[in-house]
Amino acid sequence: MDQRRADPRGALVRPYAVTRGRTEPRQDIALEAVLTASPTQVAESRFAGHDKHRIATVCEGRAQSLAEIAAYTRMPLGVARVLVADMVAESLLTLHTAAPAEGFEERMELLGRVLSGLRRL
Amino acid sequence: MTPQGGRPGRGIVSAKIVVAGGFGVGKTTLVGAISEITPLTTEALMTAAGVGIDDPSKVPGKETTTVAMDFGRITMAQDLILYLFGTPGQTRFWFMWDEIIRGAVGAAVLVDTRRITDAFAPLDYFENRNLPYVVALNKFDGAPQYEAEEVREALAISPQVPLVMTDARQRDSVKQVLVTVVEHAMLRLQSEHGRGFPTPVG
Repeated sequence: MDQRRADPRGALVRPYAVTRGRTEPRQDIALEAVLTASPTQVAESRFAGHDKHRIATVCEGRAQSLAEIAAYTRMPLGVARVLVADMVAESLLTLHTAAPAEGFEERMELLGRVLSGLRRL
Repeated sequence: MTPQGGRPGRGIVSAKIVVAGGFGVGKTTLVGAISEITPLTTEALMTAAGVGIDDPSKVPGKETTTVAMDFGRITMAQDLILYLFGTPGQTRFWFMWDEIIRGAVGAAVLVDTRRITDAFAPLDYFENRNLPYVVALNKFDGAPQYEAEEVREALAISPQVPLVMTDARQRDSVKQVLVTVVEHAMLRLQSEHGRGFPTPVG
């Protein structure tokens, strides 16, 4: 509890109340990383609190990025990131991979798919 | 067995392209012209220490600042989503740009020919990052019309950087900008691979 007093980010505590003051996520999640929730995960999220349930509901039936989750729930990005990382650890959300950063072949394939996707628009 | 929630799903891949430029240059217009959703805004809370103002301790009650960024989405296939992220216009939010460009395919730096000097800071930023980028001149009504090469010279844009004209309100024009970004990224990746450099991660 006294840690909060010593925290130089003191003014951040209020918006971060839903994360119990934590500002560091368990796992770093990219802005564009997408998440999904199955009907079972949405049902289970009811027991994880209002904010987590809202997040699961946003991701039901349509993959949503971390940025979209923050925008639709009107949570600051950092708050959404902490909660989403918790939910991934708790199996309440499924995290999908953002663009693969490793490997020439993988990156070229992804770029090729994005390029043809754009040309089809 | 369906994948467990705690493990990364193999199913859906997302990629992002960054739209950068000075304040009011038309970034959100560009994103909105091609996004399947009305551009959304997400806000990040920043401590004054990170915002780069002189001394946060001298500004009591101003410890946090909200930085807003707009973004859009193009669902290309069931398993592929492209996101377009606009950078915050104010140059004091550079640190936020670092997060936005991480892992990006590439970037388009939007330039308004009426306020060409506003482009110096964003161009400087990308010159010092390992992210492929192109320069897009946004044609505003009544703005002075310059030849692409005049602008390249005025802004000291290196010959390797593609420069395109665009109308950020027009979907087809924006599409062409994004195609140029991806083609440039592919060429860069190919040439770096050919020279045995490690692949860039943005």
